[in-house]
This record gives sequence, structure tokens and C-alpha cells, in this order.
Amino acid sequence: MATMASPSDPPGSLLEAVGIQKHFGRVVALRDASFTLLPDEVHAIVGDNGAGKSTLIKIVSGVYAADGGELRLDGRTVTIANPREARELGIETVYQDLALADHLDASANLFLGRELYLGGVLGRLGFLDKKAMRERAGAEMRRLKIGIQSVDQPVQGLSGGQRQAVAVARAIAWGTRIVIMDEPTAALGVRESGMVLELIREVRNQGIAIIMISHNLPEVFAVADRITVLRLGRTITTLRRDETTLEEIVGMMTGALQVAA
Amino acid sequence: MTSVVTEPPRTEPVGNGFAPPPEEETRRQRLVYLLSRSWLFLFLLLLVMYFWLASPPSTFLTGSNISQIALTTSEVVLLAIGETFVITTAGIDLSIGAVLFFSGVAGGEVMLKLSGTSAQTLNGQYPHATNGIALGVLVCIAAGGGFGLLNGFVITRMKLPPIIVTLGTMAMAFGFGDLIDGGSYLPAPVPPGLSHGFGAGKFLGLYYPIWVALALLVCAHTVYHHTRFGRYTAAVGSNEEGARRAGIAVNRHIVKVYGLCGLMAGSAAVLDLAIFTNTTSVAHQTDNLSAISAVVIGGTSVFGGVGTILLSAVGAFIPTVLQNGLVIQDVQPFWQEVVVGATIIVAVYFDQLRRRRMNR
Repeated sequence: MATMASPSDPPGSLLEAVGIQKHFGRVVALRDASFTLLPDEVHAIVGDNGAGKSTLIKIVSGVYAADGGELRLDGRTVTIANPREARELGIETVYQDLALADHLDASANLFLGRELYLGGVLGRLGFLDKKAMRERAGAEMRRLKIGIQSVDQPVQGLSGGQRQAVAVARAIAWGTRIVIMDEPTAALGVRESGMVLELIREVRNQGIAIIMISHNLPEVFAVADRITVLRLGRTITTLRRDETTLEEIVGMMTGALQVAA
Repeated sequence: MTSVVTEPPRTEPVGNGFAPPPEEETRRQRLVYLLSRSWLFLFLLLLVMYFWLASPPSTFLTGSNISQIALTTSEVVLLAIGETFVITTAGIDLSIGAVLFFSGVAGGEVMLKLSGTSAQTLNGQYPHATNGIALGVLVCIAAGGGFGLLNGFVITRMKLPPIIVTLGTMAMAFGFGDLIDGGSYLPAPVPPGLSHGFGAGKFLGLYYPIWVALALLVCAHTVYHHTRFGRYTAAVGSNEEGARRAGIAVNRHIVKVYGLCGLMAGSAAVLDLAIFTNTTSVAHQTDNLSAISAVVIGGTSVFGGVGTILLSAVGAFIPTVLQNGLVIQDVQPFWQEVVVGATIIVAVYFDQLRRRRMNR
């Protein structure tokens, strides 16, 4: 029986970046960067300092506009002019410095900028439905297996890993399809890093694709499904984690190992 | 013999083990923390007891003196409400007392002009007092709100620190006010409808201005703790960049907060005219000190992000109780400024201790 061509058959890519270029004045940050993000995968982008990792994800998250190349979401070419448009397309970024409001509780942080309001006239006057927000925040934390005792304590009292968890929960709570994580464990100790990696797996298991950039290759190998190597603004290759080794990736990052194009 | 390294037993909650950091507090730290939360009430209690014991019998703790204190505090409460919102955004409004004065002069002049000819008002006759009071009150509030918006626009558009902007507008507001009234007083007292009828009038045993302060206090508390406006105020003060990334229109919100603070100063000007029947710049030189001290003594953090409206209102009693008690004792009232100034420093010191404790 002939099969009809449809977006889900064969399992297509969720997001494609093709031949992305970016210049800052005379400095070329990206010459030819490409990668394909599949649904339900953790996709790591690795490279030495100056390889263009941050520039590439900032183009995907709408912070920078590309000078050349194409972004395709569900096979359709998209332009992402600013972070808000990225968010509307279901692409959320968890920033390195977290961007949580320390004095507000986890529930308030989760709903910051998207608060729930009481019904009727009070709601129209801007009265918050704190109870509903607390309940939904608690449910969200349980869904992600994040064990924080209470969602109504200021997040400044939480540990680094818990705060990272709240930031991740906020990123994926809104029908998000792609989460971009910039050095998700950079500021954390070993144990807490392990928790965050566990959380990344949990998010992936919920059907959300993750792009992560990290300097920490053992961590990348612990959590990524596929790895794209950037070097001097070019994509060298994309490999499945279980078909490569740390040594091979390091060789590609530094240029010691040449890859046939 | 080989030793086996065993992991200590883990007693962590469910989930991925995102447990809170272990509590390592000494008794001393806990005591300091407790003191930093409750010293406002202790301090106020000590002040009241001191003045009660040190003043001549039945002068300080009498019904009439207490309502006198409450009456003058009503003005400070309004200023403290506005200042609480501003300080929660990690800003500050030094111009609040000057704006109160300017609003009072602007509104008072309009009130007098509309109430009768200058010959009439100088003779204590106010044939059109109703119109005069109505429009004068509106001018007071609008002038305050206008100055507040100016503060907000200059801070956000020119990207200048609030302390400098409001220092500048403070000087401007005092200057404009003195230009209008020639550096002294309004040419005549405000119409008695406002002063006797409202400022000295009572309802259920309390002066009307106290009722106004209580009503605004309840509204402000509700807005601060239960609405989007309050939440965004805290978010902006806690992490401005984070609030921006969350999609909050941060600059517009800051303008609104300073605008609100100006409105409160304008409303306080109405109470000021009603209570004192006239106004002069000398009387308002330290209003900003009173307002800011009320807020920081009440536990609102000058570093932004967190505060309490109701405790600001309790803190508003410190400068007024001091003033009143010192006058009764016939001590130079300038001691009030000394003590209030010192308590601001103590309050911010406690604030900083709390911050360090949270960020351990």
C-alpha cells in the first residue's frame, strides 16, 4: 500500500537551521552553521570558545537576526525577529543567569508576565488568582518531579539546582515545544548538576525537544541524544551520542580530527 | 584492610532530590533576625513608654493628644504608601515632600482665587468656597500626579538614577512653590469648609483625614499584595531584566509607580491644607525623611523586591510620635531629625543583614 506523504511520515525534523551566517562588523561569528532538531531529543551544540554556539542559539531564540541562511520550523521557513516571536512559536530559552525574581515565590515566578486573574470584575481590575496559580505551579512541579516543599516561599531561599528547576518549569509550562538551555549547570555543584540533568531527561520524556549548549562534555555525553560540533562558525558534523566518543568530539572541536564534508 | 566508603544515608523528599540547603543557624543569628523583624514595634513601644513616663502627667497619653498624633501621622501615611511602591522597585523618591508642598501651594492658590476676590478672602470671606475647594483639591492631586509622572519619565527615558532625578525635582518643586507664594505663605488661610469642616471634623471620634488615610491604606495594601500592579512592582524591583524578559513593560510600570507616588503626595497636600489651613516650604523640608524612614523602618527593602504597606504605616508613627513627645517635654524638636536620621541607618543595616542571610 502506498503511503501518503505527511509531516509525520517519516518522522520529520522539528526545527532546522540551514547555512546560518552572522557577522558582527568585520568579525564573522557564523559562516555556515546548520543543525536539525528532532522532536523528543536532547540536542547538544558543542564547540570551543568562539565557535559560534551562543550566536547560533541567540539566532534561534530571536535575540539576533541571521545575515544568511534559513530557519525552518515543521518544514516551513520562519523568521524570528525577537524573543517574543520565538516564544509565540513555542521556543523558550532558559538563560544562564536564570532571570528569576528572587523575592517572589516559585508560583509567582512561574506565572510572571502571564498571571491568572480572578473571574469577573475583580479579575478585570487586575486581581490575581493566587490560589489557582499556586495549585497549577504545584502540579507543574510534581509533573517534572521537582521536589520543592512549597511554591509560596521566595525563590531566593532555594538552592541553585532548585532555582534552575523553577526556571526550566517556567520555560516549559506554556505549550513550549523547544527549550534552549545555555550552560544549564554552569553555576552548580556536582550533585545539583546531576539533578538538573535528570530534569532535562524528564523534560525530554514529556515530549519537549531541548537544545543545550555546554562546555562540559561528560555532561553532554550523559544527557544528549545527538551532538552537533561547531568549529570556527561552521558545523563540522552531527553525531549520535551512542555512535561517537568523547575523544572524537574533542578532536573535531579542536580541528585535530578532520571530517570529510 | 580495605575501607569501604559508604554514602551517608539520604533523607530527602520525593522527586529529584531538589532539597533545600541545610539550615546552619546559630542562636545568635536567629536572634538578630528576630530583632530585625520586630524592632519597629519594640522601638515604637519604648518611645511611647518613655514619653508617657517622662512627660508631665496627663499630657502625652491622653485621648486628645493621641488623636492629634494620629492626625499628623495621616499625612505621613499617604506619603509612606507612595514611597513603599517606589522603594519596592528599588527606586527612591526624594521629591515627595517638595511635591506635597508645591501641590499644596498650587491647589491652595486656585482654591483662594475661586473662593472669592482677594479682598474677600483676606477678610475671611469665601463666597464661592464650594467651587474653590472642589477645584483646588483636584489641582492638588493633579499637580502631585504630574510631578510624579515627570519623575518617572525622566528616570526611564533619560535612564538616570532615581536618587539624582528626584533630588533635582525636589529642588524644582520647592522653587516653583516658593515662586508662587513669594517664599512665605498662601495669602490667606484655605476656606473653613476645608479646614474646620474636613480637617478638624470628626466621624465616629476620628478626624476625617485619619479616615482618608485608613481608606487609602486598605486600598494600597490590597493593590500591593493582591493585584498585577503590586506583583509587577515587586518583580521589577527584584529583577528588572528578568521582568523585562518575562514580557512586563518595565519602563511603563516604573512611570506608573512614580505617578502613583506623586498622586499620594498631592492627596497628602489636601490633608495638609485641611489640617494646617496654610502651607510654607519650611514646614516640608523633612517630609521626605519622614516618609522614607517610615518605609524602611517598616521593613521594605531599599534593595527592592519586597515590602509591606501596613508596616510602613506603623513606621509613619515614629517621626510624629517623636515630634509630639519632644514638644510636650519642651525639648528642642530638632532632636526628632537626629533620631529619625539614625533609625533610617539602623533600619537599612537590618535590611542588609536579612539580605545576606537569604543569600547565604
